[in-house]
Amino acid sequence: MKALVAMSGGVDSSVAAALMLEAGYEVIGVTLKQWVAPDGSLPTAGCCTVADAEDARKVAARLGIPHYVLDHSAEFTAEVVDRFVADYAAGLTPNPCVECNRRVRFGALLGRVEPLGCDVLVTGHYARIGTRRGRPALLRAADPAKDQSYVLHMLPAADLARVRFPIGDLTKAEVRDHASRLGLRTAAKPDSQDLCFVAGDYRAFLQARLPEIRRPGAMVDASGAVVGKHDGVAGFTVGQRRGLGIAVGEPRFVVAVDPATATVRVGPRSDLAVAACRVSGVRFVNDPVTPGEAVAVKVRYRSRPVPARLFPQGEVWRVAFTTPQEAVAPGQAAVFYRDDEVLGGGTITATESS
Amino acid sequence: MAPYLDGEFGNPSGMHAVSRRAKNAIEEARERVAAVVGAHPLDVVFTGAGTESDNLAVAGVALAGGRRGGVVTTAIEHEAVLATAHHLERLGCPLTIVPVDQYGVVDPERVRDAVAGSTAVVSVMAANNETGAVQPVAAIAEAVAGRGILLHSDAVQAAVSRPCSLDDLGVDLLTLSAHKLGGPQGVGILALRPGIALEPVIHGGGQELGRRSGTHNVAGIVGAAAALEAAVADRKRLVDDVTAARQRFESGLTSVVSGVVFTVGDADRLVQHSHLRFPGIDAETLLVRLDGIGLAASAGSACHSGAIAASHVLTAMGLAPTEASECVRFTFGWDTRPQDGDTAAALVAATVGALR
Repeated sequence: MKALVAMSGGVDSSVAAALMLEAGYEVIGVTLKQWVAPDGSLPTAGCCTVADAEDARKVAARLGIPHYVLDHSAEFTAEVVDRFVADYAAGLTPNPCVECNRRVRFGALLGRVEPLGCDVLVTGHYARIGTRRGRPALLRAADPAKDQSYVLHMLPAADLARVRFPIGDLTKAEVRDHASRLGLRTAAKPDSQDLCFVAGDYRAFLQARLPEIRRPGAMVDASGAVVGKHDGVAGFTVGQRRGLGIAVGEPRFVVAVDPATATVRVGPRSDLAVAACRVSGVRFVNDPVTPGEAVAVKVRYRSRPVPARLFPQGEVWRVAFTTPQEAVAPGQAAVFYRDDEVLGGGTITATESS
Repeated sequence: MAPYLDGEFGNPSGMHAVSRRAKNAIEEARERVAAVVGAHPLDVVFTGAGTESDNLAVAGVALAGGRRGGVVTTAIEHEAVLATAHHLERLGCPLTIVPVDQYGVVDPERVRDAVAGSTAVVSVMAANNETGAVQPVAAIAEAVAGRGILLHSDAVQAAVSRPCSLDDLGVDLLTLSAHKLGGPQGVGILALRPGIALEPVIHGGGQELGRRSGTHNVAGIVGAAAALEAAVADRKRLVDDVTAARQRFESGLTSVVSGVVFTVGDADRLVQHSHLRFPGIDAETLLVRLDGIGLAASAGSACHSGAIAASHVLTAMGLAPTEASECVRFTFGWDTRPQDGDTAAALVAATVGALR
């Protein structure tokens, strides 16, 4: 069996490659060239840099496997970066990691597995692939602190059959132990941060691409009364408390952002609570849930799954939370869980106040 | 080369006996190179790479004497020339880039039309390093003659299989690279006609008559001269073997695989090149598969990250991005034997068949 391993240059994918090798697979390592700055220069800071590609190459050399750099920068720019910017312009809070996995890491790479003569695609994600009801199922990682099943929810069972997550059963500490045991240079490499294509402040990155979001505007309360002003909507996210510059007794939070009118709506914490949200583009790993089924829903990467019921409404699904939830931001993914199993998910498009 | 990496490790710029021996070795190498390229020994400059020779030729002429002379070159030149030309343009040198036809060949009349009163240097490669398409350098020399313009040619790719002296090509400046002739990597040669003033691009201690400062790579230079002589001596044998190997490769491949496109058409091409397009086949995928079974081919050019970059040469030939991504360069070398063409054809045919 031959494995195509996506090697980012980090410790997780380094160990993933090594474990496939130890499991008896023939392994080919590939690093995706994802991001080219508008001036054609390659990133030297952040993630997915030249140095990361070099780390991947050196780990592959250490493991004695062939390594190639595949250029997917066109897809990454169009499907991840441009979409990220456009979503912000539309007042959404996008999750580019979800889109990268959907469009590039799996979207593009799965299609290359067979042409490259391989049987499976391997990544260093913290998630597990198991069997439920006789079919492949996406499961949460053994290490709850590192679980990445949220950003993988779009993978259907048919794709999971061709994917392996060899470190999904391990904790981060165990992954680093493996890397040390194998003498891999990435053993002590720091974890990558969010937004690999932004070196530094993502607000500056957005402002450079979206001059209109620098437009000053008003902060209003629920009644529409102006309670403050701002220099531009970039960087205001639903649920945000800090940096609003409003000196009133009760803490205020960003409740909504409207780039079209350059308006930021703020309110007390109670205004953040939503009873339900609408989710579009829903994909289920296996069969769709039954209408009204009780599941657990994660509404952002770093949040706990909360109980909710799912109701199909035409093309979208309505997620009715058992108890009102705060900071449900349109643009983020809503991912449905049953115990440790990912059932599916989609993109939050609207919320309903409680 | 070996003695100069070990006991004879003298700096040729020194004053003691071991330095003199190193200096003698360089000057003997210079005379041997000069004899092959048809230059005076003092007009052979050793550099750190073919790229550096190209930089020195184009920038050295354009900037000589403090001027901002114009540059005329072609859209298919190696980046060593094109990037230098764009750099010079930013410094104020007028730049004209002459297009090529669909087979990657430049028309001498278009070069002549591009030349202006401000033109100081025209740079046209002897043959393209990706496609192998031979360029009409001698005809260009005639077309621009008598106007006080210096003609440079990068013959790095061509010299192993074609005579490439200053007179053979009819040029004033000539770039060669040792590693393309079987010599060591990291040694370039720039040969000039007498009396050409060059503004150096590397400044320092004034080695190479001030044209290229920096401590000499003694072993590399000795190796470069030996490789150049050996390549010339072996040229007929190489051309015979490689001609046979390529013929067997191309006929074997096209008898099994349909739709293969010869990107340079019927244009004159270097005997060691077979540049092919496989419609519907992603070259990157094909290369990975071929590498896995021990056949080394290439596509485009490698960038810093190691990914294949889109080829400016194929773009200049009018290929759409998808077409360009279907092109693979196969090259044959001095260790290729005629029967290797059959082996390569079988491997490529089997892989293309699996991908279709």
